[in-house]
Amino acid sequence: MTRPIIEMKGVVKSFGHFQALRDIDLNVKEGEIVVIIGPSGSGKSTLIRCINQLEEHNGGLIIVDGHEVGPRCNRGVLTEVGMVFQSFNLFPHMTVLRNVALGPVRVRNLSWREAEERAHRLLTRVGLADQAAKYPSQLSGGQQQRVGIARALAMEPKVLLFDEPTSALDPEMVGEVLEVMQQLAKTGVTMVVVTHEMGFARKVANRVVFMDGGRLVEEGHPDEMFGTPRDPRLRSFLQAVLSH
Amino acid sequence: MSIFDTFLNWKVFVQTLPLLLSGLSTTLTLGVTAIILGFLGGLLLALTRLYARAPLRQIAIAYIDVFRSIPILVLLVVIYYALPFVGLRLSPFGAAASALSLVSAAYSAEIFRAGIEAVPKGQFEAAHAIGLSPWRLMSDVVLPQAIRIVIPPITSNSINVMKDTALASVVAMPDLLKQATQAQALAANPTPLIGAAVIYILILLPLVRLVGVFEKRLAVRGR
Ligand SMILES: Nc1ncnc2c1ncn2[C@@H]1O[C@H](COP(=O)(O)OP(=O)(O)OP(=O)(O)O)[C@@H](O)[C@H]1O
Ligand SMILES: [Mg+2]
Repeated sequence: MTRPIIEMKGVVKSFGHFQALRDIDLNVKEGEIVVIIGPSGSGKSTLIRCINQLEEHNGGLIIVDGHEVGPRCNRGVLTEVGMVFQSFNLFPHMTVLRNVALGPVRVRNLSWREAEERAHRLLTRVGLADQAAKYPSQLSGGQQQRVGIARALAMEPKVLLFDEPTSALDPEMVGEVLEVMQQLAKTGVTMVVVTHEMGFARKVANRVVFMDGGRLVEEGHPDEMFGTPRDPRLRSFLQAVLSH
Repeated sequence: MSIFDTFLNWKVFVQTLPLLLSGLSTTLTLGVTAIILGFLGGLLLALTRLYARAPLRQIAIAYIDVFRSIPILVLLVVIYYALPFVGLRLSPFGAAASALSLVSAAYSAEIFRAGIEAVPKGQFEAAHAIGLSPWRLMSDVVLPQAIRIVIPPITSNSINVMKDTALASVVAMPDLLKQATQAQALAANPTPLIGAAVIYILILLPLVRLVGVFEKRLAVRGR
């Protein structure tokens, strides 16, 4: 049960003349929790957005669950990858319940009743059972992000991608979202998480990956990465983030 | 003769009212037909302009530009008086409805495009991320939000279409204006014209107000 669910080989991504990703090699095994850290502009978002093709890579190979992904790939593979966004991106014109149930109905062909049952289960799991009938704008940021997580889970994806899920939150709401993610990590879902929450990385990650300038600079177990960082760029990055 | 006998002659008004009302019903039918066709055509054009492949997309752009440049009256006269020479003969209603819809579709297209472009990029991304098909992405996520944004300008455009129905009287369509001029000739009194003007205002004024209300509400809610 340790085959890679995500394989990236020599992945390159450029925006015009600017190379945002340079020769990225990264494998993620089933059930693994990988945390990606790095300074602003280092390509963390671009990397995970290539995995579900919100950005098209210009070179190299990305294989998800045995299928190559790319501009003309089968959408079926991509539905195995869920994503949680920094700015939540809930659908403002739908209730919380609909937000979560929409994907299963439209993509997995569940009936609305089945999908809403599933949505209720997931909302209960993220502690929002009583908010199902509300609209996203009526919830706090932390609650919205938990809905975002439930919406991603509703597709029963094999991989969940998180792009700085707590960066847009007021400090007092960060905890509730990290708590949900930590619970999730115990269930065996594969997670790739971009975050500046070093505490979370230390506690939950199986592996930490450090990026700089579009390259994968160093990776390893969180204890090594935070305890005995080798690359000077990682050392100065950790100094900067941990000093405040 | 007092101003009441000349312009606000009650007896003439009552006599010619049936004629005015039949004209009104033609005007409303024409206006509503053109508004609906213009709405649907505009939506189709906007989606084509935004998402279709090369030749179709350029055709949509050309259509939108051309039909926003041509005066409706000129288009109407061309459709009604020129097209018969190539064997296409439309009724006055058909000609007027075509001219109004063709032009309204072009304006609506630009309104819809602006509405779709105003939907935040994150909404498209979230829809992609849960795997919605392009069609579902539009119908479930983007259009419901875009249409909310464009309600005020689309209502404004509908008011313009309603007003422009009066141009149909030049192709002898028995609309409100045409019937009023007819009635004026019959009664040898301009009261029916005043009556028609008042009816136009009574119908359109609430819509004009409504646009104001929509705009205020949108401004309050922000986003
Ligand atoms: N759509 C785009 N067009 C042009 N350049 C882009 C685009 N998206 C990202 N970039 C550039 O690519 C580089 C990597 O961006 P990316 O968003 O992946 O960084 P990041 O590591 O996620 O940074 P942050 O921590 O600020 O989110 C940046 O220099 C950014 O300016
Ligand atoms: Mg980022």
